[in-house]
Amino acid sequence: MTQPITACFQLDYGVFQLAVDLCLPGSGITVLFGNSGSGKTTLLRCIAGLQRAPQGFLEISGSCWQDSERGVFLPTHKRALGYVFQEANLFPHLTVADNLQFGLKRIAKASRVADLQHILELLGIDHLLKRKPDCLSGGERQRVAIARALALNPEVLLMDEPLASLDFKRKQEILPFISRLHQELNIPVLYVTHSQQEVAQLADTLVILADGRALASGPLSETLSRLDVPLAQDRKAATVWPVTVVEHEAGYHLTRVAFAGGALSLPAVDAAIGTPLRMQIYASDVSIALEAPSATSILNVLPATITGLADDRAGRSVVRLQVGNHALLAHITSKSALLLSLQIGMAVYVQIKGTSILN
Amino acid sequence: MLNPADLGALLLTFKVASISTSLMLLLGTPLAWWLARTGSAWKGIINAVVALPLVLPPTVLGFYLLVLMGPAGAIGKFTSWLGLGTLPFTFAGLVVASVLYSMPFVVQPLQAAFTTIGEQPLEAAATLRASPLDTFFSVVVPLAKPGFLTATILGFAHTVGEFGVVLMVGGNIPDKTRVVSVQIYNHVEALEYSEAHWLAGCLLLFSFTVLLALYTVLKTHPVAHQLK
Repeated sequence: MTQPITACFQLDYGVFQLAVDLCLPGSGITVLFGNSGSGKTTLLRCIAGLQRAPQGFLEISGSCWQDSERGVFLPTHKRALGYVFQEANLFPHLTVADNLQFGLKRIAKASRVADLQHILELLGIDHLLKRKPDCLSGGERQRVAIARALALNPEVLLMDEPLASLDFKRKQEILPFISRLHQELNIPVLYVTHSQQEVAQLADTLVILADGRALASGPLSETLSRLDVPLAQDRKAATVWPVTVVEHEAGYHLTRVAFAGGALSLPAVDAAIGTPLRMQIYASDVSIALEAPSATSILNVLPATITGLADDRAGRSVVRLQVGNHALLAHITSKSALLLSLQIGMAVYVQIKGTSILN
Repeated sequence: MLNPADLGALLLTFKVASISTSLMLLLGTPLAWWLARTGSAWKGIINAVVALPLVLPPTVLGFYLLVLMGPAGAIGKFTSWLGLGTLPFTFAGLVVASVLYSMPFVVQPLQAAFTTIGEQPLEAAATLRASPLDTFFSVVVPLAKPGFLTATILGFAHTVGEFGVVLMVGGNIPDKTRVVSVQIYNHVEALEYSEAHWLAGCLLLFSFTVLLALYTVLKTHPVAHQLK
């Protein structure tokens, strides 16, 4: 079921070159992240077969879609994929129902999604079936496009900045659907975006692309905290931890959450005990002490080990720490780093001033 | 009133226009599709050749066709070799000439419609398992409906209205090549102004009605080329 996806492409347009060799997990959401011109959309289009890389090898759940050495190139319409475009790209001459049927009519009954109604309800579009696309809001159109792709029960769902053309409110309306999708449907998702927010909210695996190359690829928290990629230096650098609700301290309006290797107090979260959450910690909200502070207003003080140091030569140090099983980033001043004489391997304490819950 | 010769000319005109329009749609659709999507260096040349009848005097086109389809011309030799005889002054010759002469009126609206549709719906269809041919009929044709409508009506109406090419290639043979425009010319030559009035009035009314219908339909037709 969860065989890895092997994607290897080389393409040369003169001004732009793509050269990637990736092995991606066959489950969960893999975000392809990069600025415009980084090649993330080109990579996705090569995977879909909408663009043909002269040199390429692509294998998804055991079936080979491209192998340029053997001259294999499956045209897009023969690939068992679902594709969601930046613009919903619905057929304007068809109703929502007919848009959904378009792909279904073209595949064998056995390979269709078992419960289309469930998808319609999940995406909240079951009341829109008789409408034409031009009578839908942008968010509704994008949800129909997602349902249309999922109805085919694809081996992989490819999403090319599906939220980029929507305003903030619509984005917040669709994001939860997407993160729920892969939990409920178990289809690997390749998701292209340039938004750090979407990375933090959706990614299980992160691939960072720049100038047509993959700078880093791996599990989200590991990749986010890598000091050799620009993301860690970004002013908004953050790490994301999976946590579980363990206790509500109603009197203090606090919630205790556990992570692999410890527990934290957060402002009250409206979620039942045992609920898994994604918690984001900005590097600028983390400070470092050499000894456990005896009297501090900060509730979350955790023992940590320094695993990496980088200086941006503009007065700021980026420190990578290991807390339990998770990596954490801290942005501190270069002066502090010097005064504390921080070294890789040192045991320290981190104070976390703030966190945010993403789902 | 219309005499039997006039009615024969009307009937013949209708026949030529119907057959020519069908042929133009059949040949013009793939041609327009190719022109709308190709990046080939030939595109400019083919575009210019298709548009030539718009600027050439019909007599020039008619003259070359006459020469080419005549017994000494390349096409004429070929049709003779096929055992079909030569085409000038026959109904078939008239249809061939009409198709060439009115082709831009079919190709250009189709090409514009295909270009407007763009790449996106085609890619969406491909990701939904539709083969290119399937996509053409299930997505392109419905989205290009206004283009097909315009092409059909303009192609038909323009064939009905031609004169110069018909006269050069078809001549003036009753029930074979004598179409309405030629018949009107005959009436005027013979100073039969009242007969000419009847036929000319018919053509005027026909052309106006057709164009009015076209513009009304196009105005009310949902704008299909905008992807939502």
